[in-house]
Amino acid sequence: MKEYQTITEISGPLVFVEIDEPVGYDEIVEIETPGGEVKRGQVLESQSGIAAIQVFEGTTGIDRKASVRFLGETMKMPVTEDLLGRVLDGSGEPIDGGPEIVPEERQDIVGAAINPYAREYPEEFIQTGVSAVDGMNTLVRGQKLPIFSASGLPHNDLALQIARQATMPEAETDDDSTEEEATDEEEGSEFAVIFGAMGITAEEANEFIDDFERTGALERSVVFMNLADDPSVERQVTPRLALTTAEYLAFEKGYHVLVILTDMTNYCEALREIGAAREEVPGRRGYPGYMYTDLAQLYERAGRIKGREGSVTQIPILTMPGDDDTHPIPDLTGYITEGQIMMDRELNSQGIEPPVNVLPSLSRLMDDGIGEGLTREDHADVSDQMYAAYAEGEDLRDLVNIVGREALSERDNKFLDFADRFENEFVQQGYQNNRDIGETLDIGWELLGMLPKTELNRIDEELIEKYYPEDESETSEEAVGVEADD
Amino acid sequence: MSQATQTDIDVVSEGRIESVSGPVVTATDLDARMNDVVYVGQEGLMGEVIEIEGNVTTIQVYEETSGISPGGPVKNTGEPLSVDLGPGMLDTIYDGVQRPLDVLESRMGAFLDRGVDAPGIDLEETWEFTPEVTEGDVVEAGDILGIVPETKSVDHKVMVPPDSEGGEVTAVESGEFDVTETVVELDSGEEIAMRQEWPVRQARPTENKRSPDRPLVTGQRVQDGLFPLAKGGTAAIPGPFGSGKTVTQQSLAKFSDADIVVYIGCGERGNEMTEVIDDFPDLPDPQTGNALMARTCLIANTSNMPVAARESCVYTGITIAEFYRDMGYDVALMADSTSRWAEAMREISSRLEEMPGEEGYPAYLAARLAQFYERAGLFENINGTEGSISAVGAVSPPGGDFSEPVTQNTLRIVKTFWALDADLAERRHFPSINWTESYSLYKDQLDPWFVENVAEDWPEVRQWAVDVLDEESELQEIVQLVGKDALPDDQQLTLEVARYLREGFLQQNAFHDVDQFSPPEKSYLIWQAIKTFNDEAFAALEAGVPVEEITAIDAAPRLNRIGTQEDYEAYVEELQGDIEDQLREKY
Ligand SMILES: Nc1ncnc2c1ncn2[C@@H]1O[C@H](COP(=O)(O)OP(=O)(O)OP(=O)(O)O)[C@@H](O)[C@H]1O
Ligand SMILES: [Mg+2]
Repeated sequence: MKEYQTITEISGPLVFVEIDEPVGYDEIVEIETPGGEVKRGQVLESQSGIAAIQVFEGTTGIDRKASVRFLGETMKMPVTEDLLGRVLDGSGEPIDGGPEIVPEERQDIVGAAINPYAREYPEEFIQTGVSAVDGMNTLVRGQKLPIFSASGLPHNDLALQIARQATMPEAETDDDSTEEEATDEEEGSEFAVIFGAMGITAEEANEFIDDFERTGALERSVVFMNLADDPSVERQVTPRLALTTAEYLAFEKGYHVLVILTDMTNYCEALREIGAAREEVPGRRGYPGYMYTDLAQLYERAGRIKGREGSVTQIPILTMPGDDDTHPIPDLTGYITEGQIMMDRELNSQGIEPPVNVLPSLSRLMDDGIGEGLTREDHADVSDQMYAAYAEGEDLRDLVNIVGREALSERDNKFLDFADRFENEFVQQGYQNNRDIGETLDIGWELLGMLPKTELNRIDEELIEKYYPEDESETSEEAVGVEADD
Repeated sequence: MSQATQTDIDVVSEGRIESVSGPVVTATDLDARMNDVVYVGQEGLMGEVIEIEGNVTTIQVYEETSGISPGGPVKNTGEPLSVDLGPGMLDTIYDGVQRPLDVLESRMGAFLDRGVDAPGIDLEETWEFTPEVTEGDVVEAGDILGIVPETKSVDHKVMVPPDSEGGEVTAVESGEFDVTETVVELDSGEEIAMRQEWPVRQARPTENKRSPDRPLVTGQRVQDGLFPLAKGGTAAIPGPFGSGKTVTQQSLAKFSDADIVVYIGCGERGNEMTEVIDDFPDLPDPQTGNALMARTCLIANTSNMPVAARESCVYTGITIAEFYRDMGYDVALMADSTSRWAEAMREISSRLEEMPGEEGYPAYLAARLAQFYERAGLFENINGTEGSISAVGAVSPPGGDFSEPVTQNTLRIVKTFWALDADLAERRHFPSINWTESYSLYKDQLDPWFVENVAEDWPEVRQWAVDVLDEESELQEIVQLVGKDALPDDQQLTLEVARYLREGFLQQNAFHDVDQFSPPEKSYLIWQAIKTFNDEAFAALEAGVPVEEITAIDAAPRLNRIGTQEDYEAYVEELQGDIEDQLREKY
């Protein structure tokens, strides 16, 4: 280990040091200020003779007399199962007053890419108990499904509800009639939750911790906290520590891990700040050109691996600047993640809880995770049909404003009513309400029952016969399906 | 990659690392030529020379550079970046520099480590070689020397390397050999084995390029029907995230009538590659009935794998495609996404501090894209066979805005444009190919094929459908202002017909077992059925039947279900009969 007192320049989050021996790219550095404070940093660039270092805790207090130690290794996270139940700061130091953490291993936080050949394709249904998610944008084990939100919207309530309610209905059989028991069997299928906060307010952070404590979830959680007044450069490290811990628990200890990262927007701002300090050529809206790759290196650390027990499921949260989903942060995220849950300001002001707009939302892994033996045979068709019908109703709303309801055909009026009820009965459910998938789909059928059977062209005819709610006026077919979950 | 021989390649020169910045490393005192393959640092990370300035050589490194430090060694192989070509490439998944991912997994476990080499084709595996030449035959570069059954679906042709002088055959072997053993000897002393190498950045030679005249039949209605791609043609699929680029390309890989499919996952998701690896061995190739994987070569550089290899994976893929084209095959190449490739160029260019062009992309972006698509085409090969490469590139424009440089430069080159539309995707109209924006410049030259092989009036029926859809877009503007009921009856009817065209013909569910593949004969019948409804409905209207009664007949909604019918011929026949009966009885 080599120590220098040769700082030549301090600029924003960066420190430049003259060196006489080679140091590695990404190598970890400790900087001791004359006041005795030790800060950590990382080599960003090393030209023979000079090293550029980004300092995680910020450069405040560093002067040219500070001493710089190169530790000869890249950054590591000390991992152990004992981390469960602990609260750490954004650099991984415990801040809960608990005992010292005795690591079982120290793992590189950058994380190697999973060989696509070694991945197991994610297709196991996670029941979140939220209809807009389970019914329309199903989450599966090992997926990365972000919440696209905006300032002032209740994304935290939704994230908490998911963290609280998420279960995996185990031992599902093909027989519909056992579905009820299966979904009730929630024991032993709970997630370990890794919560990585980046630049959120203390108040928001407390919302999470309090809820974790209240529900007892804290015991199976690891919390990493970089708050709004913590150094922004540290935000580069926090999610990597969180994901390294998640991978360890999942792939070495067999846990099913749910990682909540919030707020990715703050992470990206920090990335931009460092890029600017290094005088890099900026990309779109000043964010670095490599932001896609950088984000991919986080988001791709979700998944399943062949022959290993556990899984890493990610729910990153981001707030879209100006509610704009073409802004580089949501845009690049959407290009990497396997769908997105879109929060909507208008639905929020209508009081819909959660205010999820399903139309721009998407779960790309849904198709393989639903259906007979996984959720229910009619799931794919019902969700498809509701999308189409809601989209049609939504379109008509603009027209109604101009021509009025009377000018619309009977068919159009039905679609309008469908759209209203879809928002008020299907999406609207409240943050404390946990609906199982059967209940969600049954509500779906109730709403689809407003439309004539011939309009349900996305649903298999046999399924229509089985599930379409018959009202008294029509000759009733034989008993309507199982619908045991009501 | 030529690591096959890395151990026996002499190090022609050695230098020292001067600096490291992400995937870009500079070295001093290295004697090297442009595009030479070098090994960097103690770990021996593979890289390629991309700039030489005085004593300083710039290298792009195909593996993670964390922990690599100045002063370390750089060894030059003196060989350009190349791929190994020979039997065993099909039914294989490679990374961006042609390392087989299954071999990497067995050597380093589930996570990708660094500094591990693996030959692009297995050097130990043996293949049954059946010669097609005999002693005394005179052969030239490119000529086919023999056949190797590579997979159930594909006979691999062993060819004289393109840079060979040729000559008289003096010895021919027959039987089981590995890829490095000599199977044919020439009087020049040249010994030819099944394995060749070829530098990826150089197109393999051909005799000449021809104008394509056969469609790449995709089994996708909107593509075959409205915007067909030719065998040897080029196409771009731009669209915002989640609009269906990957699903569309996967459908092409599954159902198009190519002999060989090269699928390049360039800077995209790991799970998407896993899905292909999982599905393709079990799915039947609609042409041969064998596993799809038997005609497929996958190249995966996912978004979290090293950026430099994202730049090279496109070249690795097209070179492999050219090799099968040389054998006389029709190859379909999919690149998802060319934007990630362009971004890799941009990232490396900016680390080289080159003068940036539009939106930070290097000034040579347009040239590189053009060179890539130029390697596609219908060719007369140097051995006299005819082969083709159809190239389909996904484009991922930031914010879904098609005015950005990658989309624009691509559109200047390709002749088929499948524009994906976020609005359509949002309402789950899939494939979300926008029918007013998209185009195919091959339409006219492919019509004779459809007329001869599917239906005599294919072009007319297509034109009818296009006209109805065009009229619908115009009418929609009025409807937005006054509502549908304010339109005259005949226009209301047109809207109804257009709706069936959209829902019954244009939409196609890639996840429905039956609907996902629609041979042109079926697509044509769907058109015909909707046209029958159109003709009968207008006749009824003429005869005074009110439009509400016409559109309310219960046979009509069945038009939207033809796609999902296995026995579609019988279904359409019955349906057409019912439509006629139900409408005619009203007047
Ligand atoms: N033909 C289709 N049939 C049914 N669903 C489709 C079809 N095409 C696309 N989809 C739906 O759209 C989703 C997104 O498609 P896809 O992953 O191909 O988008 P993409 O354009 O490749 O996005 P990205 O740029 O982020 O990779 C799919 O997961 C699927 O749900
Ligand atoms: Mg895609």
